[in-house]
Amino acid sequence: MSFDPVFTFGTIAAAALIGLGVSHAIDGMPSQPRGPVILTDMVTLAPSSFDHPQPGEFLKDDHSAPAPVLKETIDAPLEIMKFQVTASDYDRCVLDGACKPADSRLAGNVPATGVSFIDAQAYADWLSEKTGEAWRLPTDVEWAYAAGERFRADIEGSADDPADPARRWLTQYRNEAALGRKPDPEPRPLGAFGTNSNGVADVAGNVWEWTATCYAHATMSSDGARIASSITNCGVHVVEGFHRTYMSNFIRDGKSGGCAVGTPPDNLGFRLVHDPGGFLQEARRRLGLT
Amino acid sequence: MLTRREALLGSVLTAAAIATIGPVPAMATAKDVAGLPREKVTLVAPPFVHAHDQVAKGGPKVVEFTMKIEEKPTVIDADGTQLNAMTYNGSIPGPLMVVHEGDYLELTLINPDTNTLAHNIDFHAATGGLGGGALTLINPGEQVTLRFKATRSGTFVYHCAPGGAMIPWHVVSGMSGAVMVLPRDGLKDEKGKPVRYDRIYYIGENDFYIPRDEQGKFKKYDSAGDNYDDTVKVMRGLIPTHVVFNGKAGSLTGENAMKAKVGETVLIVHSQANRDTRPHLIGGHGDFVWEGGKFANPPAKDMETWFIRGGSAGAALYTFRQPGVYAYVNHNLIEAVELGATAHFTVDGTWDDDLMMQVEAPKAITS
Repeated sequence: MSFDPVFTFGTIAAAALIGLGVSHAIDGMPSQPRGPVILTDMVTLAPSSFDHPQPGEFLKDDHSAPAPVLKETIDAPLEIMKFQVTASDYDRCVLDGACKPADSRLAGNVPATGVSFIDAQAYADWLSEKTGEAWRLPTDVEWAYAAGERFRADIEGSADDPADPARRWLTQYRNEAALGRKPDPEPRPLGAFGTNSNGVADVAGNVWEWTATCYAHATMSSDGARIASSITNCGVHVVEGFHRTYMSNFIRDGKSGGCAVGTPPDNLGFRLVHDPGGFLQEARRRLGLT
Repeated sequence: MLTRREALLGSVLTAAAIATIGPVPAMATAKDVAGLPREKVTLVAPPFVHAHDQVAKGGPKVVEFTMKIEEKPTVIDADGTQLNAMTYNGSIPGPLMVVHEGDYLELTLINPDTNTLAHNIDFHAATGGLGGGALTLINPGEQVTLRFKATRSGTFVYHCAPGGAMIPWHVVSGMSGAVMVLPRDGLKDEKGKPVRYDRIYYIGENDFYIPRDEQGKFKKYDSAGDNYDDTVKVMRGLIPTHVVFNGKAGSLTGENAMKAKVGETVLIVHSQANRDTRPHLIGGHGDFVWEGGKFANPPAKDMETWFIRGGSAGAALYTFRQPGVYAYVNHNLIEAVELGATAHFTVDGTWDDDLMMQVEAPKAITS
């Protein structure tokens, strides 16, 4: 699907190595000196706006329609992890009792896989608490922006004949089959799938990533220019990778979690976004001031 | 034999009568057989079936087939799980062989010296000699030729049966296939009226029992012999790790989905050499179904799901009426979705609003 950044200059692709070793005593507990919680490379992307095929299922004039492409804006610098959260980082959360052990038995410098949306969320909460900073899953739009040229969106069918739903099902099925992607189940060490033009690593490799965006049924305005109404189901979230798909929050193995036909995600993992200035928000949140 | 059902349906003078009054002499000597015309058929890998006449042209003949046994590691799912497969002609299932009632099926079975095990073949369509198993046991480096008379019509399993504990192990390692013996005058509906098919697909369903390591991960073995002890332990639990069509989860999906058009009649032959199954075409039906696979019995009509007994092959005839993507599954949905028993049909044609339409698209509930 089209990815068409309106302007791409100013992208800060240089990764910053951030040591998040401070344990904040915001909640009044004594501060305990610790080693760094996580050392992770971050990529900061300049604000931008670009055309983005929307996630979800769309109706126009009472018939299924392809995802509308709408202009989206990232209005503040986006700080996103260069790599997916690793198995060893995730294990620290498990050791702390804040995360459930992942289904994957792999350890070390490979992406954490076999994790659900709930697990990813728990990790983000744990990391935010540990660092006193705001960490969260990217939205679908943020993920697409960071993914750059590797963003594909949903595999679409045609809309030549809205009265014939089978035509859309068949083209979608054939489009997906024609991609010819073979299953690739074994997670690789970080960086194995290279970096994209934004300097973000392992995008659209064999680990699909959870996002913070809920699945939605949306109805288009009759001119197709905007979403007239939308009903979201936040029990299902957008998952991004080689293609965009939708998974129930508790699914840890993408192969049995959706994608009844075609290409199921080989693995489910995630990377996080860091909200600068989130420190104050986080402090306020934890003091119950929000 | 006159079944109660046939008597009730009044089909005695049609289907049953034709089946019993064959044009073949009851007993033919080897010399008589030697005088029959011979036809050599090259087999094709499932789900496809070699070209054949639905209604026999001329009298009985000897139909010659050759199959080479191949032992080879095969990947059976998207995780790369490996089966030390034993195969007839390199495919799981082995190819479907089609003859007519009264024909002689003559198979040359080859066990190349690159294999490590002795094999044979038991044809459920054959009479005597353990279905041919007693006359076909061959070591690596040997070949054998067996001829049997197709005395009754229907779809029948064949499988390897090299004795004792080897039998189930060879079968769950992939060694099964099917024979279709057509009535000389072709298939008939429950009233004895001829029915034809535009396409035929052969789906062999297999249950596999792959051992796991201490961490629960599927184990890999260098050769078939190495897995025997571990595999038998899993087999004895009677819970397969995989239930698949055409040898591998997803092997009849995507680019390999079966194809048809609206208005076309498709015959689906489904075999399971070891374990019961219950095929179902999601969004379709079985117009005429020979659950037991034997064409002298009138077909059941308008079936939603049909039952294939372990150790048998059945046949379902369906005319597609609506385009789209159809899933053909074992309707134990755990086996279909979690263990692999799902295939797809892509069907081209024009949507029929009379059969189905979305009257109102999803929208917020109006109170």
